[in-house]
Amino acid sequence: MSEEQAVSGPLPVVNWLKGANTDDPFIEGHKCGECGAVFLGERSTCSACSARDKISTVRLSTKGKLYSYCIVHRSFPGIEVPYISAIVDLEGGGTIKGNLINIEPDPEKIEFDMPVEVVFQDALGRKDKDGNNYLSYFFQPAA
Amino acid sequence: MSDVYILGVDMIKFGRFPEKTVPQIGAQAALMALDDAGLTIKDMEALYCGNLGQASAMVGQRILQEIGQTGIGVVNCSNACATGATAFREAWMSIKAGVHDVVLAVGVEQMGKGLLGGGGGGAGIPKEGLLGSGTMPAVFAEAGMEHARKYGTTFEQFAKVSVKNHHHSTLNPKAMYQIETPLETVMNAEMISYPNTKLMCSVNVDGSAAAVLVSEKKARELGMSRAVKVRASVLTSDPYSERDLVMPDVNAVTRKAAAKAYEMAGVGPEDVDLVELHDCFATAEILHYENLGLCGDGEAGRMIDDGEVELGGRVPVNVSGGLLSKGHPLGATGIANIYEVSTHLRREADKRQVEGARIGMTHVIGLGSACGIHILESVA
Repeated sequence: MSEEQAVSGPLPVVNWLKGANTDDPFIEGHKCGECGAVFLGERSTCSACSARDKISTVRLSTKGKLYSYCIVHRSFPGIEVPYISAIVDLEGGGTIKGNLINIEPDPEKIEFDMPVEVVFQDALGRKDKDGNNYLSYFFQPAA
Repeated sequence: MSDVYILGVDMIKFGRFPEKTVPQIGAQAALMALDDAGLTIKDMEALYCGNLGQASAMVGQRILQEIGQTGIGVVNCSNACATGATAFREAWMSIKAGVHDVVLAVGVEQMGKGLLGGGGGGAGIPKEGLLGSGTMPAVFAEAGMEHARKYGTTFEQFAKVSVKNHHHSTLNPKAMYQIETPLETVMNAEMISYPNTKLMCSVNVDGSAAAVLVSEKKARELGMSRAVKVRASVLTSDPYSERDLVMPDVNAVTRKAAAKAYEMAGVGPEDVDLVELHDCFATAEILHYENLGLCGDGEAGRMIDDGEVELGGRVPVNVSGGLLSKGHPLGATGIANIYEVSTHLRREADKRQVEGARIGMTHVIGLGSACGIHILESVA
């Protein structure tokens, strides 16, 4: 299909990234009102405490700390390496995984619990078969 | 409930057999295990077959089409890398339940080369390298780095796991590789996902393993001299943990299984003479020393440094060479581990024999997650 048929504005890389075609994108969590567990993606039952119909949406923070990571040197063909695959605990709850950018992929430079922020950017130029652009999220060292 | 015994158990030498079919590879181990038990397929009352790659293709029945279509019931199961252990456990349970007296369990896998995981993306665009990595070396590197953040575990300590297991495999003719890999070689090998180098990743191979399980009544009838008693058989799934939507927790699922297994067997970690555990990556092995209670929390680094887990050490781990060097044919691994431990308990492990071994443990993890643990005891 041609570029003309693509929808206007970027699509979200995952369905729990909201507001992709606005100037205020954010990560949406689903929080259990019973036990406080935070999930990504819609659900009606909590897998932590099994409570039903206690889940409500919550806007997750863009501030967090690096929990764990690895540095990927070999991936599938066409995927640029090296990059840092990072697991980040967000302030106020929720853990998400993504690329940690704007820091050297060197274990000497990366510290556990370093403060990071979530930034929203184009998905490395990747497009779907219809030519749509996508908005993704990344982590970078907090300013 | 009857006690359950392993009467025959064997595995093929792991390797790459692209010219063979999955059922042909499985049939080889099935026949070897039957021979080891001194029985034939005509004596079997049921077959429990574990395979992942062709999970919907009736592999168990096709194995019978290779070795004897006796009309017995067949259960095909898949449970990620816990598939073989799950098939074995289903066989065990059928005897425990009093339904059968003699059954066969087979695990088999034919693998391609290359990276596992990270392929799926669903709709839209590929997420690999965009939202971190879903490849297995990366996922287990992140699990290892979680240990590093807690206890300061080093790249070198993780690498020592690989040195040890590759050394062990030089004593195991059924391992894929028999090659010494000194520490510098391991650490300087191609980095796949830091801190896992290529030599710290398990080897994708083809393979099969099989076991004949019998009731106590049948074991007494057929002769107990080489029988191995199954003291515990446990399967768990991952309990909820805070980060498991983005970071599979291989620790909690193992701890839960280990606690149940020790309770069922009526033994403690101090009674275990050897362990075959799920070293799919060098980082993973370190975690499981603690998860299985072989040492206290935070002591795994010291344990590898002090050589306690080497052949000749306090509790040898993965004397077969482990998944790192023996190879990891996913569906076969859980029974191949049982073969290894049984061989030591039968005093038949030759150069790699763990002297005086009476109780051994096998452990596998299927990511997603499943944990299978068996505790076996020498009868002789």
